[in-house]
Amino acid sequence: MTQPNRDDHGAKKGVRRTVVRTVAALAGMFAFAFALVPLYDVFCEVTGINGKTNSSAQAVIHEEVDESRMITVQFITRGSSGLPWELDVESRQVRVHPGQTNEVNFTFHNRSDNSSWGRAVPSVSPSNASLHLRKVTCFCFEEQHLQPGERIEAPLVFQLTRDLPPEIKTVTLVYTLYPVAHKNEPLQAQVTIGKGDEA
Amino acid sequence: MAFHFPKPTPEQSTTTADAGLADSHHHERPRGLMRWVLTTSHKEIGSLYLIFSLTMFFIGGIFALVVRAELFQPGLQLVEPEFFNQMTTMHGLIMVFGAVMPAFVGLANWMVPLQIGAPDMALPRLNNFSFWLLPVAFTLLLSTLFMPGGAPNFGWTFYAPLSTTYAPPSTTFFILSLHLAGISSILGAINIIATILNLRAPGMRMMDMPLFVWTWLITAFLLIAVMPVLAGVITMMLMDINFGTSFFSAAGGGDPVLFQHLFWFFGHPEVYILILPAFGIVSAIIPTFARKRLFGYASMVYATASIAILSFLVWAHHMFVVGLPLVAELFFMYATMLIAVPTGVKVFNWITTLFRGSITFEPPMLFALAFVVLFTIGGFSGLMLAIAPADFQYHDTYFVVAHFHYVLVPGAVFAIMAAVYYWLPKWTGHYPHERLSQVHFWLSVIGVNLTFFPMHFSGLAGMPRRIPDYALQFADFNMVSSLGALLYGASQLVFVLVIVMCVRGGKKAPAKAWEGAEDLEWSVPSPAPLHTFETPPNFERPVH
Amino acid sequence: MRTLLVRVAAGLTLALISPLVLANGWNMPIGVTALSREIHSLHMTIFWICVAIGVVVFGVMFYSLFRYRRSKGAEAANFHEHTGVEVLWTAVPLLILVAMAVPATATLKNMYDVSDAEIDVMVTGQQWRWRYEYLGEDIAFTSNMSTPREQISGEAEKTENYLLEVDEPLVLPVDTKVRLLLTADDVIHSWWVPELAVKQDAIPGFVNENWVRIEEPGIYRGQCTELCGMDHGFMPVVVEALEKDEYEAWLAERKEAAEQEAMGVDREWELAELMERGEQVYGSICASCHQADGSGSPPAFPALAGNTDMLDDVEWHIDTIINGVSGSAMPAFRSTLNPVEIAAVATYERNAWGNDAGDTVQPSEIVELLEE
Repeated sequence: MTQPNRDDHGAKKGVRRTVVRTVAALAGMFAFAFALVPLYDVFCEVTGINGKTNSSAQAVIHEEVDESRMITVQFITRGSSGLPWELDVESRQVRVHPGQTNEVNFTFHNRSDNSSWGRAVPSVSPSNASLHLRKVTCFCFEEQHLQPGERIEAPLVFQLTRDLPPEIKTVTLVYTLYPVAHKNEPLQAQVTIGKGDEA
Repeated sequence: MAFHFPKPTPEQSTTTADAGLADSHHHERPRGLMRWVLTTSHKEIGSLYLIFSLTMFFIGGIFALVVRAELFQPGLQLVEPEFFNQMTTMHGLIMVFGAVMPAFVGLANWMVPLQIGAPDMALPRLNNFSFWLLPVAFTLLLSTLFMPGGAPNFGWTFYAPLSTTYAPPSTTFFILSLHLAGISSILGAINIIATILNLRAPGMRMMDMPLFVWTWLITAFLLIAVMPVLAGVITMMLMDINFGTSFFSAAGGGDPVLFQHLFWFFGHPEVYILILPAFGIVSAIIPTFARKRLFGYASMVYATASIAILSFLVWAHHMFVVGLPLVAELFFMYATMLIAVPTGVKVFNWITTLFRGSITFEPPMLFALAFVVLFTIGGFSGLMLAIAPADFQYHDTYFVVAHFHYVLVPGAVFAIMAAVYYWLPKWTGHYPHERLSQVHFWLSVIGVNLTFFPMHFSGLAGMPRRIPDYALQFADFNMVSSLGALLYGASQLVFVLVIVMCVRGGKKAPAKAWEGAEDLEWSVPSPAPLHTFETPPNFERPVH
Repeated sequence: MRTLLVRVAAGLTLALISPLVLANGWNMPIGVTALSREIHSLHMTIFWICVAIGVVVFGVMFYSLFRYRRSKGAEAANFHEHTGVEVLWTAVPLLILVAMAVPATATLKNMYDVSDAEIDVMVTGQQWRWRYEYLGEDIAFTSNMSTPREQISGEAEKTENYLLEVDEPLVLPVDTKVRLLLTADDVIHSWWVPELAVKQDAIPGFVNENWVRIEEPGIYRGQCTELCGMDHGFMPVVVEALEKDEYEAWLAERKEAAEQEAMGVDREWELAELMERGEQVYGSICASCHQADGSGSPPAFPALAGNTDMLDDVEWHIDTIINGVSGSAMPAFRSTLNPVEIAAVATYERNAWGNDAGDTVQPSEIVELLEE
């Protein structure tokens, strides 16, 4: 035994310290994963990367209308299985100047014999246009409840701000209807598991 | 992989000084099965991990062979598309989480304490627990094959909403098993970090540690950083499936792309978790058989650390076609290309170590050399994939399949095999049968290349991955791949034979089994007795 | 020995590389768009860079393995560090990467420029088919794989385009910038045609953009590339690129079909609704020559009001609209107007501006005439 003994007491203390620190880091990373969800939303809202639009009303920016350019705004409405509704828009395409406030009417129609809840989820392309799209009024902010056969008109009031990048000449707004599953009783089978009709 | 048969020596049975760290060593040891269930010895747990990993390697391999058999020729012959998807998914999950990761943890268990002169892992009972989580996790995962609706069928990357809204009912069990496997990895990582940071032989500084220890330390930090993120993602999936949240469903205001961001934030470091310890192994073997010190030890450490850090900044290169904005594409393209630099440094260091060495070609060396060549080929295709505009053509084709199999099979798996051949004399006291090892090596090399090289061509020619049937122009490539896979799979039986023979007997190995080996593990007898370094060894720094 | 090895190595390298360069079906297709060619050239550049690095690195490696074998009496040297060399092999790859990043960045910027597209097509992925909607054209259809199941199961011989054929391809004109808007109804799909170098994920609830400008007419085939469930492998993409005029004709045909479908040519139409529809068609198509009040501009454009030839002979009247008058300015409206429009405009002309034929021309009659 010419070697000094290992400092076992010190090693044990060291091990304990390491464990405490790694466990703290673990807890932190687990929390971070969940924090990434709202962070991602904020990040997307700031950078416009996923083409999601603001989920609440924004005020109009009063700015001079840029009459030097016209932007084509396309509206696409899509249904989805599981919600027997139709969403229509009065005009599929409008030409607007940046800065100008515009109104377009959409019609929701429940074609079924049951009342149901649904919402129209928006997506904008190109995605970076979403930063410059201000929605003053939009049916997409809230869930809709339609009686059997009911038809409602809902306006979209929006403004494309003047700082819209010059390379953007067309903005496409897509609204997809989705059922609000937890409010619809009984839960509608909106999915087919694995088995398709083509099998 | 090898059963360890303890042969207590007189000194060990009288050593009592440091009972504090490995207190269970000196109780009356249970016998038979219970000995393995309750063991806290890093060597026995290491063997358990390796045996478990080899079992999973064969199960995952059989799944791969089912896939390759179906793809042997165009048309559906053997399995339904639904089952085919379950096979690709289970193959990926089992190979990544059940075979490669546990193999590296097993090697770390065996070798980290021996290489740093520690008597055991810092937390022996935790070590036992983290191992035994694995058989539970993977039994659960495999049992999903027999559940109504079948096993997970959405690929090992389990993209939402295919894995949430459209998933089979067994998905909840898949999530649970992945949680268990994740906890096992995390506990293993804590243990390895605690061991390396606190139990080094007196006088051994961080920069004196063998590279296998260094790479594992960095790997363990990666595990600590990303396994909780994986846990977070699958918890969100669980909530989306069972509790009506919509993290990943556009219907409720979520975003399926968020899933991919979170998954790859875990997933990219994960692929380095699968390769960094391999770098460490190769960095031990090449100097041994070139009889020359590793070139650029410090730059190896820095390169490993840079790769680990960069791995957090490149995740979205898996998502070049999901519609990222231009700036993001550019950022992730540049960051990904940058990884080629430290990776290149490693390859150059290995080759310079060979240069002007005195080289022999024992089985571990053969596998290590094949690793360097074939991993580099995988690195090249990785560099091509990093070029975002070209990736629009490569993405989700067999070119990607070829790429990651080159870095994982002749990469990670060959490194594990090299490690097994390298350390088998230390574990069993016998050399592996040389001729059979060579047969195993050459069959594996031929099989691997026959399997994966043609995938480059089929991918470039336009074959998407994860399809059970394909257009006629891909037929020849697929036939070659399938034959290669069969050869590669079958040749692993030789591997098992070599290991079994080596455990049972063979040419006796001395303490220093390889003439050029320098690290501390070669200072203990072969086979390593149950208790080693209960008194810290005399660590001598190599003379500069 | 060594020369033999060098020869074998060179032969093997050539054997591996030559098909890549030469043979079609082994390499990325060059494709039929400016972008696909750019991407192909990026691909080949980075490929040759990798080959060059590989030759050097593996060259040194195999040289060392043969030259410094212990069996040949090699003694190990004792160097293990060299700052200069280490800096060099960090810096040189970095420079190569920068050189590579420059063209890649340019191409990527190009790929992201969707502005000034002339045609917008919405592509929707569904388990397991594609749906195409021509925005602003009222044309939409789904495109399903048309390979018979018997071929997949092996009961029938597999034909040339096995798994890569559809019932209705996406038809696009050449030399026209087309913007593709991609989304999905259920899970994530990915729309890929190798020869167009377009691959883009279609994500439920979100829209992605991409664009293509095809330069050569032809049929281009691809597949869904994102695992989307059971029939992921059976979801081909087929694009048929036509010359512009052929595309216009196709478009007209499709539109006609669409309107025909929408309007219901089979039913009996009332005089009033035919008059209403006919007035619209007359206003947009006929009035520029025959004038809104039917007075025409004789002699080139005869008056329709009070035109007895027309009123007395309904068959001649319809025939004139469908087939035009050869040698005159009157074109054939056979393919530009659909049966409903032809019937309506004929009815309108027979009953407007004081004309009082009192009869109606039914769309079903037109359909019969057109089918003859």
